[in-house]
Amino acid sequence: MRVAENLNAALHGLLDDDPTAYVLGEDITDPYGGAFKVTRGLSTRFPGRVIGTPISEGALTGVAAGLALTGNTAVAEIMFGDFVALAFDQLCNFASKSVSMYGRRLPLRMVVRCPTGGGRGYGPTHSQSLQKHFVGMPGLSLYEMSPFHDNRAVLGAMLERGEPCVFFEDKVLYTRQMDQVDPLFTVRRDGDLAVVELRDPGDRPDYVIIAPGGVAHRALAAMRSLLVEQEVSGRLLVPSRLYPLDVEALLPYLGEVVLVAEESTAGGTWGSEVAHLLHGRLWDRLRGPVRLVHSRASVIPTAAHLENEVLVGESTIHHAVREALRG
Amino acid sequence: MTETLDRLRLSRLDDDDLELLLLVRHFELKLLELYGRGELNGTTHTCLGQEYVPVALRPLLGPDDHVFSNHRGHGHYLSAFRDPHGLLAEIMGREGAVCGGVGGSQHIHRDRYLSTGVQGESLPVAAGVALHLKRSEPGALACVYIGDGTWGEGAVYEALNLAALWELPLLLVVENNGIAQSTPTASHMAGTVGSRAAAFGIRHHLVVSGDVNEIRASLGPLVAEVRGSRPLVVEFVTHRLGPHSKGDDIRPAGAVRAARDNDWYDRYAHDHPDQFHRLDGLVRAEVQAIADEVAARPPARWEGA
Repeated sequence: MRVAENLNAALHGLLDDDPTAYVLGEDITDPYGGAFKVTRGLSTRFPGRVIGTPISEGALTGVAAGLALTGNTAVAEIMFGDFVALAFDQLCNFASKSVSMYGRRLPLRMVVRCPTGGGRGYGPTHSQSLQKHFVGMPGLSLYEMSPFHDNRAVLGAMLERGEPCVFFEDKVLYTRQMDQVDPLFTVRRDGDLAVVELRDPGDRPDYVIIAPGGVAHRALAAMRSLLVEQEVSGRLLVPSRLYPLDVEALLPYLGEVVLVAEESTAGGTWGSEVAHLLHGRLWDRLRGPVRLVHSRASVIPTAAHLENEVLVGESTIHHAVREALRG
Repeated sequence: MTETLDRLRLSRLDDDDLELLLLVRHFELKLLELYGRGELNGTTHTCLGQEYVPVALRPLLGPDDHVFSNHRGHGHYLSAFRDPHGLLAEIMGREGAVCGGVGGSQHIHRDRYLSTGVQGESLPVAAGVALHLKRSEPGALACVYIGDGTWGEGAVYEALNLAALWELPLLLVVENNGIAQSTPTASHMAGTVGSRAAAFGIRHHLVVSGDVNEIRASLGPLVAEVRGSRPLVVEFVTHRLGPHSKGDDIRPAGAVRAARDNDWYDRYAHDHPDQFHRLDGLVRAEVQAIADEVAARPPARWEGA
């Protein structure tokens, strides 16, 4: 099953199971079914609870908050995640703050979905990974879609938190198959964490990469080439929840060489937050600082060859691992 | 002067309404006094001169309605709950604070009442609430208070579009006091509130009267229509007596004088002196007692997020 189909099924399941659930967004109704077809079929099956909105990211996010405030479950789609900047006030100053600023916890069950990232030539305002701009906001949790995490379970986990969540969905994943990896590797789950290792891991891995779902396949491609060309073995950790990060869950899987890979452009990244948390726990066990692998500090160009120069890819990760192992 | 007041004679109120008006007035005056003595943290925005707006609306709103207030919300809260102790404790950070002292003057949530400190952002939220009410609790409405300055925010228009498009039971109350912090309306707004509402096909009702009974009578049938999912913008031409927050009043003397000339407090004292003087002293003393009692309480404790 493709990732987009899995997410679509998850939304169908949510609307089936929860009569208070709403899905809102621009152009999400049938027959169009959303720019990436993730909401296909929903409005036909659940008319009235799947609502197409005007081009008003701030308002549709605010409406989701209002629905959550009155006890409903609300899922809002931002057509391109870049546009969530238009909903920043609703997320930062209203929804996330409301959870705690009234002196006692005010639960809000809402998820804002953000199709994210580049690699498809959509250009500078339709290709960004804005995760880093939402890190560290009290009352706001960040999740990222992954091919190794069933979306129904992830949606359930987000809503169970009773606070607004932003769900980043790397667009390049939509057409990928769920749980599919190179036959060299095997995937297992440990709670929120997906652990991807060599089918025959042998000794401890030479290095460990922490990467959210959108970068996982690029990390695995690098791990394969590193094994074949350099005979070094790695382990990939894919967390579903980016913030707040469950550091404890990562610790048993880490070694002396650790990298964090993400598509965000350089500067104030999620990875730097992860590295900071890990340094506090692992400093005496690490061979060097946790390495950050990310896209260049740049806008995302439209032309394919220029986009490739900027975005983090297999080769960026490959080189970062080789440098880390050289020390 | 007397001539003007005679011409604008206010109708006689029930004691209950007048007491509420006076409660808000003396509450706000007490706040400014406490600030002046350095006994309060942060800032506050008093509704001096505008008290009659929520008092007029009070019986038109029911317990099933949601009310969204803004930075200038003490009158809205006191009209909804008559809880000066809880509000003052909130502003002073004392035990019994309605939001544990976390929200302060601008961020209050209780039952179906919510205020927040960013201009305009509650309008889309209220649209979401109104959508819920229309579906699940028909007959209830979402009421949002904003000022004239808030019409500079895009969120207002996104929400008005939805309210009209989805036929939501949304009541937008505009307290147009002619000034946004220090910027006169003429310097921040092109056109009018009425024409902006008309652009969305939303009915607009202008209230120039300061007479609570008269305002209620005119608004009653209109608010009933909101309950039937016809959104409404009610614009009050009102006057802010005091500063925006504390010491930031740079208005020319003439503007402040005009606000004072229109103040319901002096007008009512003139028009109904017996009733006014019977109640004014009592409420003033009551607020003093509340302030003394709340100030003596221990600091509010926060259990955390």
